[in-house]
Amino acid sequence: MTRQMGVGGTLDVVAAEDLVKEYDGLQAVRGINFRIKARECFGFLGPNGAGKTSTVKMIYGLSPVSAGKLTVLGMDVRTKIRDIKRRLGVVPQENNLDPDLKVLQNLLVYASFFNISGSEARNRAQELLEFFGLADKAKERVESLSGGMKRRLTIARALINKPDLLILDEPTTGLDPQARHMVWQRLRQLKEQGVTLILTTHYMEEASQLCDRLVIMDRGEILVEGNPHQLVSEQAGEEIVETSSSEEMIVHPATLEDVFLKLTGRKLQD
Amino acid sequence: MKINISPLLWPVFRRHLIVFSRNWKVNVAFNFVEPLLYLTALGVGLGAYVQPIEGIPYLKYLAPGLVASSAVFATAYECTYGTFIRMEFQKTFQAMVATPVSIDDVIAGELLYGTFKSVLYSVVILLVIFILGLVESSWALLVPVVMALGGLLFAILSIIWTGLVPYIESFNYFFSLFMTPLFLFSGVFFPLTGLHAIVQKAAWLSPLYHLVNLVRGIILGQVGIHLVWDLVWVAAAVIVLFPLPFYLMRRLMIK
Ligand SMILES: Nc1ncnc2c1ncn2[C@@H]1O[C@H](COP(=O)(O)OP(=O)(O)OP(=O)(O)O)[C@@H](O)[C@H]1O
Ligand SMILES: [Mg+2]
Repeated sequence: MTRQMGVGGTLDVVAAEDLVKEYDGLQAVRGINFRIKARECFGFLGPNGAGKTSTVKMIYGLSPVSAGKLTVLGMDVRTKIRDIKRRLGVVPQENNLDPDLKVLQNLLVYASFFNISGSEARNRAQELLEFFGLADKAKERVESLSGGMKRRLTIARALINKPDLLILDEPTTGLDPQARHMVWQRLRQLKEQGVTLILTTHYMEEASQLCDRLVIMDRGEILVEGNPHQLVSEQAGEEIVETSSSEEMIVHPATLEDVFLKLTGRKLQD
Repeated sequence: MKINISPLLWPVFRRHLIVFSRNWKVNVAFNFVEPLLYLTALGVGLGAYVQPIEGIPYLKYLAPGLVASSAVFATAYECTYGTFIRMEFQKTFQAMVATPVSIDDVIAGELLYGTFKSVLYSVVILLVIFILGLVESSWALLVPVVMALGGLLFAILSIIWTGLVPYIESFNYFFSLFMTPLFLFSGVFFPLTGLHAIVQKAAWLSPLYHLVNLVRGIILGQVGIHLVWDLVWVAAAVIVLFPLPFYLMRRLMIK
């Protein structure tokens, strides 16, 4: 599943300049700037409504850019979206597997949208089902899968075209810890194979486990950018002392949660 | 407005055919039960008391009308309930447009699938009435061609409604306020010549009226220049209305 960047590797995979998303009047993304390099895992961390989904939807062309500049794989999303989409894999926040099709058919039909057909499509689909531990489910109905299996199938589907860039919008929300670890493990393997990853998440642990770099977003703005471990030590220090009303003191190692709390005065998760 | 349809329309259409083929026997069976009921109750039952219409026995008069109307009803169901469920509940469209498929390919795929249903069901019912000895002319071989055009028109009209009032409850109104009146007053059951001049004028506005004229004309072998005008009417409506489903559905899906 390894794939090289077609453009020498020096170019950013995604570059956003003063990127804005506006939904009739409401600014969901307020002029953000970021650059994502080839082969890294880049995270968008933030609470509900921060603008994570709005940002990634602009990257994969579902949502038009309201203002600013956005290039993906060296191409402008405004003019070259079909060419961009040929080389992307997308795992949306809401599951949209095709319930009218069986598990294997989901992959084959999706492959056909990339003009991949016949034995090529079947081989890739089989390989992906095995990679994600779904080979024995090939003939099942999608509804009969558990939440974790559906998520894995959605990721498998996103890989059918051997994408250069895989976009994952909250890949593990709603999964139990075991299912989550399985997804993380697969994502790490993909990264080793050279796929660039974009990930949105509410979970600090997910971000610190997977991301090389991340931005913390809130209310449409980027609060801070950096390597997760560096961010924690720079922004929050090594240890956090919590005081509660019962006058107990709790000491724990600082996390991204504390970074967020320090920057906004609010908690990351509801 | 530029419509951006690519050859990826075919895999999109193929997806619908795969889903259709999963239980096509049930689908086809259900869709010709209804016209058969009408044929039996009205054609045979009521028909026994009805004088020949314009020299044609009532059953023979009625059958071609049912070919056209049953076909466009199948299309209308597909492009209201079917389209809406795919878009809103199953998020099938959102999944497709994350691939190189464009929104316009998706909408064109819906139109093509709707058209396919009209062609298929008109042919199935044509076969049934052929077996019953109700087909008079080999011009009837053109039924799928006429119903391809008619099906496309009804697919367009249905998706226009879906795009304008995208709520599942609204489709009841589409059928009670639009499809049923068309069904009753487009010359399926009786010629409109007996009705008030205003009703006759209004019927000219009905797309189904022109389709019924065409299908009855070719099935009964009453072919003439008057049919050309019906054909022109349907073709013109298709050309004029064609961009609207694209405009309305883009408006819903692009946020
Ligand atoms: N289609 C839309 N129309 C109008 N407003 C929208 C639309 N989509 C998102 N918004 C608004 O934009 C803001 C950002 O939403 P977005 O979905 O990008 O956040 P998010 O960071 O992905 O949140 P979550 O963690 O809940 O998924 C929110 O205020 C949301 O209500
Ligand atoms: Mg989101």
